[in-house]
Amino acid sequence: MELQEILSQLAWAAQNPRKMLEVQLSQGKKVVGCFPSYTPEELVDAAGMVPFGVWGAQTEPYLAKKYLPVFACPILQSSLEMGLSGKLKGLSAVVIPTLCDTFRCITQDWLAGVPDIPMIPVSYPQNRTDAGIRFLRYEFETVKGKLEAICGHPITEADLERSICVYNDHTAVMREFVAIANEHLDVIDPVTRHHVMKSAWFMSKAEHTRLMRELISALKAAPPHCFKGRRVLLSGIAAEPDGLLQILADNNMAVVGDDLAQESRQYMSPIPEGVGDPLLRLAGKWRGQLCSLAHDEGKQRVDMLVDMAQVAGADGMIFCQMKFCDPEEYDYPLIARALKEIDVPTLCLEVDQQPGSTEQVRTRLQTFAEMLG
Amino acid sequence: MEEKTTQAAPEAAPKKPKKPLPKSRIMVGEQLAKLYQDTIDAKARGEKIGWSASIFPQEIAEALGLYIVYPENQAAGLAARHQSDDLLAHAEAAGYNMDICSYARTSLAYMDTLTAESNNMPKPDFVLCCNNICNQLTKWFENLAHQFQVPMFLIDTVYNYDPCASDAKVKYVRAQIDDLIHGLEEISGKKMDYDKLTEVMRISQRNKDLWREANELLAVKPAPLAGFDLFNYMSCMVCNRGKASTTAVLEQLIAEIKENIAEGKSTFPVEEEYRVFWEGIACWPYLGHTFKTLKKYGINMVATGYVNAWGLEYEPGDLDGLARAYIDLPNNNNNLETVVGRRIEAHKKFQVDGTIYHVNRSCKVMDCQQYETQRRISEATGIPFTSFDGDQADFRAYSEAQYETRIQGLVEVMEQRKKEREGGKD
Repeated sequence: MELQEILSQLAWAAQNPRKMLEVQLSQGKKVVGCFPSYTPEELVDAAGMVPFGVWGAQTEPYLAKKYLPVFACPILQSSLEMGLSGKLKGLSAVVIPTLCDTFRCITQDWLAGVPDIPMIPVSYPQNRTDAGIRFLRYEFETVKGKLEAICGHPITEADLERSICVYNDHTAVMREFVAIANEHLDVIDPVTRHHVMKSAWFMSKAEHTRLMRELISALKAAPPHCFKGRRVLLSGIAAEPDGLLQILADNNMAVVGDDLAQESRQYMSPIPEGVGDPLLRLAGKWRGQLCSLAHDEGKQRVDMLVDMAQVAGADGMIFCQMKFCDPEEYDYPLIARALKEIDVPTLCLEVDQQPGSTEQVRTRLQTFAEMLG
Repeated sequence: MEEKTTQAAPEAAPKKPKKPLPKSRIMVGEQLAKLYQDTIDAKARGEKIGWSASIFPQEIAEALGLYIVYPENQAAGLAARHQSDDLLAHAEAAGYNMDICSYARTSLAYMDTLTAESNNMPKPDFVLCCNNICNQLTKWFENLAHQFQVPMFLIDTVYNYDPCASDAKVKYVRAQIDDLIHGLEEISGKKMDYDKLTEVMRISQRNKDLWREANELLAVKPAPLAGFDLFNYMSCMVCNRGKASTTAVLEQLIAEIKENIAEGKSTFPVEEEYRVFWEGIACWPYLGHTFKTLKKYGINMVATGYVNAWGLEYEPGDLDGLARAYIDLPNNNNNLETVVGRRIEAHKKFQVDGTIYHVNRSCKVMDCQQYETQRRISEATGIPFTSFDGDQADFRAYSEAQYETRIQGLVEVMEQRKKEREGGKD
């Protein structure tokens, strides 16, 4: 396939989650909704079902207001709205990790409001010691049992091993893409990059890996581009909507790395393959995850971002503060201070999922771009 | 030169003499002041001192003889005395979003300044965090540990989406308690005396029983105490629940309540027309306004979530039981069904006429399932409810007018129901 054709296919998937769901359902597949972040998709895949990302949508919550105050996380508000309004009809279940305070409540609101789509909760340990990882293995075993009841057959160790390989392959191609994308910032502009990363949530990982391999080959075949604009990093839960990213492109800014939960953060490390209990290995992946939603006593995320900025030669960082996301709010002052010490300016930009004007954001981004020189 | 004029000062209205405080109030005040001072003194002697979350397994540090202070208590106290406004502004200037819990913002500002108008705490040598109340505590204490460059001991109790803790979860939390014991032994250079630990657990159990008894005496109708009075004793359970001095305070309090019952008296200053359940943390900066508005209508808050908030039940010496208690107890760590069940039971036991829900801007874990909680409890009990917007420590998130209107609305419904009941009797 041609480069543009692959990019169009990925962009379509990222922009049309509901249609992607319908495609899977029309093929007779069972689809399981996976709330952010770090949901054990591998178990869903091993069960022969299709994991499907539930990341909310640009929508005005209406039904969700019966359950949530206005200051609840926009992703969870709109995801609950989608459940309540039937927009997720067809899902065989949803898996919800209880990673923050709002997530804890959403498991309960979902049970009350969306009884026709079974909810599978999963609790992640914050102390990622051996005891913590053994506890997570127990949680995954519980999730596995619930998924087996839905798919109607046992998930074998061989099934799990196969899925671990599929997910490790996917992690590897996504990391390769992120690296090679920086040599082609003319083609991989901020919006395109986001579509490529986001599309992974709405198709099977095997299929996404296949498309990514073709994309990487096509990029390798193209001559590298010497980008003359400003190079920025994105950090946060998600950088949306597309309109926000288009403003970056309009101001000659390119994304040269991200620490977004929706994008690169999930691809930090592979699952150890081939030796010992696969469920315990799957749980072990959580041990090294750097994220505001995972206990980080030494604030290694801050150091990781400083390294990322230096390696990528970033001119600045945009902190995409998901509105009302308190785990991220606690990290921001420390990150901004650390980046300031290495002369990388930071802009904290509030990200919402409710439709609204982007003009104020445009002004702030224009000013930031001018500041970067 | 400007001519000086003298004016006779208007005669001041004679001040209403203050009621003398009951002995238990004096005792609890002295106990808390002693804790802060003892910790300052211990630090000056070169001992290692810690800051802790309120529903942390205090038994371990207490048995090791370590001095511990509690940022949540500090923040609540500062807010109640209107001394936290500058600290909130300081935290926001440092980049902390207004969306963050106001206790945390107060504390993160204090972390920078180590200066407050009262409740001053020395710089910690370690921090103790348990996330059975909420996940924000984890992030808040992470930042404290990072700034002070001191170790953080996190007891991660993991959310109970099932009605009670699995054995796997108890095993995980027990392992963390063992790590905590070893870690504190290392920091303090002290060795755990397990007989002493069992004794601290025994005292803690006694205090838990006394706290519950004091709260449950408000089930008597009319209540022998203004429910808001119990807020004054919370420091016993937040900061001192493993100490014998708390046993003395609570025994004195219970004796005073029982004396009121025997004499048919109450500290609630007007006739008790209505009894309500209060859901959520107190609105500390407006404690006076929230109380006086209720008093105006003869509403006594006879029950709160605090009744069982420190009802940590275990066998002294049983560390698995200790782990299970800290997972299963706090409402915030439990699923909706469990919380609603507990609340329905309390509504019946305390014979309440209405429920007041504090939509606490600081506390998403309480707010994000509160609407469904309201519906379930009201459907199950038929008891009317109202809610108001406020905050536990940020004075900007509360409107006196809204609170008054909401309470007025609740009174109208309670009054109507009362008339129907009385009419039914005829």
